[in-house]
Amino acid sequence: MPTVAPLDLEGHCLAAVFLGDVPHFALADGTIHRLDHGHKTVQANDGMLAAFHDAANDRLITGGEDGRIFGVTAGGNTAELATAGKKWITSVAAGPQGAVAYASGKIAYVRFADGKTREFSHPRSVEGLAFSPKGMRFGVARYNGATLHFPAADGKPVELEWAGAHTGITFSPDGGFVVTTMQENALHGWKLADGKHMRMSGYPGKVKSLSWSAKGKWLASSGAPAAIVWPFSGKDGPMGKAPLELGTRGNAMVTSVACHPSQDVVAVGYDDGMVMAVRFADAREVLLRRPGKGAVTSMMWDRQERRVAFGSAAGDCGVIDISA
Amino acid sequence: MSDAQTQIPVTVLTGYLGAGKTTLLNRILSENHGRRYAVIVNEFGEIGIDNELIVESDEEIYEMNNGCVCCTVRGDLIRVVEGLMRRPGRFDAIVVETTGLADPVPVAQTFFMDDDVRSKTRLDAVVALVDAKHLPLRLKDSREAEDQIAFADVVVLNKTDLVTPEELSKVEATIRAINPAARIHRTTRASVALSEVLDRGAFDLSRALENDPHFLEAHDDHDHHDHDHDHDHHHHDHDGHDHHDHDGHHHAHPSDIHDVTVQSVSLRGGEMDPKKFFPWIEKVTQMEGPNILRLKGILALKGDDERYVIQGVHMIIEGDHQRAWKDGEKHESRLVFIGRELDAERLKTSFEACQAA
Repeated sequence: MPTVAPLDLEGHCLAAVFLGDVPHFALADGTIHRLDHGHKTVQANDGMLAAFHDAANDRLITGGEDGRIFGVTAGGNTAELATAGKKWITSVAAGPQGAVAYASGKIAYVRFADGKTREFSHPRSVEGLAFSPKGMRFGVARYNGATLHFPAADGKPVELEWAGAHTGITFSPDGGFVVTTMQENALHGWKLADGKHMRMSGYPGKVKSLSWSAKGKWLASSGAPAAIVWPFSGKDGPMGKAPLELGTRGNAMVTSVACHPSQDVVAVGYDDGMVMAVRFADAREVLLRRPGKGAVTSMMWDRQERRVAFGSAAGDCGVIDISA
Repeated sequence: MSDAQTQIPVTVLTGYLGAGKTTLLNRILSENHGRRYAVIVNEFGEIGIDNELIVESDEEIYEMNNGCVCCTVRGDLIRVVEGLMRRPGRFDAIVVETTGLADPVPVAQTFFMDDDVRSKTRLDAVVALVDAKHLPLRLKDSREAEDQIAFADVVVLNKTDLVTPEELSKVEATIRAINPAARIHRTTRASVALSEVLDRGAFDLSRALENDPHFLEAHDDHDHHDHDHDHDHHHHDHDGHDHHDHDGHHHAHPSDIHDVTVQSVSLRGGEMDPKKFFPWIEKVTQMEGPNILRLKGILALKGDDERYVIQGVHMIIEGDHQRAWKDGEKHESRLVFIGRELDAERLKTSFEACQAA
């Protein structure tokens, strides 16, 4: 039976992550809490708006109302990486070779590991950011599509067009697909090799959480009463195939998904705070956490594949131990 | 989790550059009214008040990908409101200041069309600042000035000291011609009482139209003047009567409204047959949605002992029971459309055909 070690905080949790195997919880007020032989807290941004887990460097990248970007490492070490004026930093991402991207208004910035930065202006607001896992390439979600930049080289960006407002973006782990979340309750995908479109619609709500399964075979998503899991193992992605619907509940919406690091299992968080683990093969469900005070906003598995850190919109966070 | 109590009210300030938006904003931020405001602006500009909750945001109009050209939202507002609402304890209300040329419709529609925004906030009122001196010129060279007035719940007719009384009456008559339902306040230096622009509940169906004197005057219900503390415009009562008597034909002062393309159509009828009325209003908003800027109505439905109120923005329409009819109150239905290229005669005939036998 899984056990839950709760950590009751005040405020909206943006990211629940493991840094150096220690669970860390980043809140909208800019505080970062960790359970490291007791509850400890450090301050990052004065008002946090965006957070991204940089797995390669075992750190959390944050951006906020103060126009600053921090890198947070295990033990609560916060380092300011960049500033971008008075405007809100609305999106952050981490990429290969220690590169970090952040966005403010219509400008996306890339900061390389050596501290050099480059600016990329767009005609419309930068809504979402993601690096490709391969090569120095990052994508911007924007109105009517996505733009792919190669920040280490000169040259024209690649424009991917699809009508509508694209609010978030992710690359598949093999770098072959780009998928965006949209304002109108849908995902859109492009196969980069040939630009083929993938429409993934039918969600009753906005998709705010995406997670690639081990080796990128599946893409799990929130925005419905079940985790919607699209197959990406075929060469054309999910086209012509139905998604899995896992952990379906009649009276709750899925708000957060986190795929298991090695197995075809997804942790599913709901708007009432419940967390379940569901296996793809037979849709078998295991209750990990009973409903709590607020919607689950963020989850992450640890490297030992034994614990799940979770955060909620109401601040009732914690760590689930599934081995107990 | 998102009941009305926790929904944060949002006031939208529109108006051309120089109309007095910044003056009014500075007053909202500095006067001692006991409420804390988060302000979303297009540029930090001249706001003289140091407030950590002034957020600069690039106006982003997003057309929804649903085939409806009038279904637009402000994408930047969705993001900023979401960010603000993650730390709701810092403020009691939000003010959105739009740029001079802004179309107020996407701003308003954001609060109806985006589920996240809608669950956490509610649109309180759209306030248009109008420069009494320059309005005639603005109406000539742009459609936005007219849209802002047409869409407003409250019009602050500012800089009245820069025009003669005759010019002022003309300007006010023009505003009335564009929007018979809005409250108009004549001011200098945007010195309107803040209670007249904030916490109006103009989109709150339970309060809808209660603070809409002109709308109610059509009903000859003078009791409602008790709620009207704006002495400035009592002597303009006749305007409301005129327009309603003419059923939306505002050709009484042609010289004033030369550059006006927005029209209003005011309809009155008896008790409505709900089986006819609801399909009708659905059809009208579907067909005429792009031409309808605002619609508001109080309806008497046959066999229903409560007043039914509706309001709409383009194709978005919502309605609810408001309160029981009072003893002796006439069971009447009234509906106002504000928009362009509305076929007044057809609306009137088809509306009247919805009356209960």
